[in-house]
Amino acid sequence: MRLEPIANPSALRRAGLPLAALGLTVVTASLLALLAGANPFATLGLIVQGAVGTKFAALETLNRATPLIFTGLAVAVAFRARLWNIGAEAQLYAGAVAAVLLGTGAITGPLTLPVMALAAMLAGALVLLGPVMLKTRFGVDEVVTTLLFNFIMLLLVSYLLEGPLKDPMGMGWPKSAALIKEARLPRIVTGLRLHWGFGLALIAALLVWVIQTRTALGYEMRAVGLNPQAARFAGIPVNAVLVKTALLSGGLAALAGFSEVSGLKGNLTLDLSPGFGYTGIIVAMLALLHPLAVIPSALFVAGIFVGADSMSRAAGVPTYIADMLLAFALLFMVLAILLTKVRVVRG
Amino acid sequence: MEIFDILLSATFWAAAVRIASPLIFATMGELICERAGVLNLGIEGIMVIGAFCGWMAVYQGADLWGGVGVAMGAGMLFGLLHATLTVPFGLSQHVVGLGVTLLATSTSSFAYRLMLPEVTSPPKIEPFAVWPVPGLSEIPLIGPALFQQTPLTYAAFAVAGLTALVLFRTPLGLALRAAGENPAAVDAQGLSVTGLRMGAVIVGSGLMAVGGAFLTLSAFSSFFFEMVNGRGWICIALVVFGAWKPGKAVLGALLFAAFDALQVRMQQTPLGQAVPYQVFLMMPYILSILALILMSRRAEVPAALMTPFNKGER
Repeated sequence: MRLEPIANPSALRRAGLPLAALGLTVVTASLLALLAGANPFATLGLIVQGAVGTKFAALETLNRATPLIFTGLAVAVAFRARLWNIGAEAQLYAGAVAAVLLGTGAITGPLTLPVMALAAMLAGALVLLGPVMLKTRFGVDEVVTTLLFNFIMLLLVSYLLEGPLKDPMGMGWPKSAALIKEARLPRIVTGLRLHWGFGLALIAALLVWVIQTRTALGYEMRAVGLNPQAARFAGIPVNAVLVKTALLSGGLAALAGFSEVSGLKGNLTLDLSPGFGYTGIIVAMLALLHPLAVIPSALFVAGIFVGADSMSRAAGVPTYIADMLLAFALLFMVLAILLTKVRVVRG
Repeated sequence: MEIFDILLSATFWAAAVRIASPLIFATMGELICERAGVLNLGIEGIMVIGAFCGWMAVYQGADLWGGVGVAMGAGMLFGLLHATLTVPFGLSQHVVGLGVTLLATSTSSFAYRLMLPEVTSPPKIEPFAVWPVPGLSEIPLIGPALFQQTPLTYAAFAVAGLTALVLFRTPLGLALRAAGENPAAVDAQGLSVTGLRMGAVIVGSGLMAVGGAFLTLSAFSSFFFEMVNGRGWICIALVVFGAWKPGKAVLGALLFAAFDALQVRMQQTPLGQAVPYQVFLMMPYILSILALILMSRRAEVPAALMTPFNKGER
């Protein structure tokens, strides 16, 4: 077989194939439910019901989507410039640590939250800067280094929570002290369990979109991503663009940590993130790396997680079905996107 | 100094060889893939599925070698998936690899819960027993280190030797390496680049899964969700460290495993007690990054690594 580019893909092809990918994911979900001895329709219904069926469920989905928007944006920004940042998990924890360092009484007053957010972004940016400097200076592949940094960072957080950051009132549990009131992101509507981290995530998506489409940096990042050699030839400082991309990407991922600590949890524990950094890759890919599309993509992914959690309790299908479905969705989607641009011919 | 006592003890070197064994399997698997021009980031998940399938097969009544076979088959299946999407379709090897890792990992967790819904701690199996090589195992220091191991460790070294032999002494190996260096030339010879690359990824993934199965069938005798714990990523670093050569990669794995065995023992010493244990646990990952930096100036990377080949495209 051979792949042949399609000169002008039809609108049907461009819209139909991604929809078919989602359809195939639903079919896969049904098959997995059957495999687990459950009724596929009931299982799918319970997932949807659990994700958006009640006000509580819908708010839970929005809360779960918040860190995913940030990490999804972080990955989308980096991948667009072909910077393979697989380390959003480490950057997220760096942001969370910065938020806890400042938010437990080190600073007070009305500027507490903005300073915390900025410090978190700086911490996340620095964590990604290491692997990116290794890439630009020594040519070390950033995929492996960013992945390895995730493990190093988690151990560092584990040390901090058992040592310097440990809550003296925590009954021996490895957790940080609680943030002070001024360091907590308020709720958007009083009485509703949804904090301003979600609003911040929406604003971040909009800002990233503006940067990518309306600024010289955005143009340069796309040029580097399309073809680094051509970009260099055209006089674009490729390494400088990669460093700026890293600062933006690391900062965005760190905001996920800041928002989770300051908006949702109120302290730092070792299970702050159930893999939000890794899931951000799926969010970004399903959004086709478009910053505004990251929002619905994160909502979809969060819905699957929240829905599968609640379905699992009712129908007995293991909750890991969510991770499997997202992996399938990712693979189906990249294949579908390819097939919008090429057709398979014999020979 | 405790460190010298440690370095002169046979148990230390035996531990190093034991720790190196799963890394050798998986590193050879990744090396074969990359030599043919395909980066396989599915390695981490494929090790998990290997660990799970091998263990589950033995728990269900298969014998230990049967478990190894089942693990290998499962790994090859995920290898087929990675190969299909990255070779004929030429999709991003990064994205597909991470997708395969996620799929293999979640499939293991899903199947575990499905097959053992009630258990709180995973059941144990009877793992491979140590099989001392007659005669050789009596040699001081070297004997216990190299020749008082489980059969799966001997198999790891045999696989490494076989990989080197096939890659550098057979026409198949030549074609495989050429597919990773200059696929157009392979195609001009009338050979199928797609076939060579897919075969390499499938076989390589099988070896990665056996590396994972080593953990359940020879090391820990049970399956835990987090047991692979980044070993796959470390193996990718080991391939770079070994400059894509099997012998050097094995040495790298042994060196790495020796450091790992050393850090565990250093934790017990007075000096080690003074340092937070997390620092020791970080060492494998930091060492891997250092190895990558150290080797970065070399240019032995297969020229067509990560470059899809589409016949008829020039």
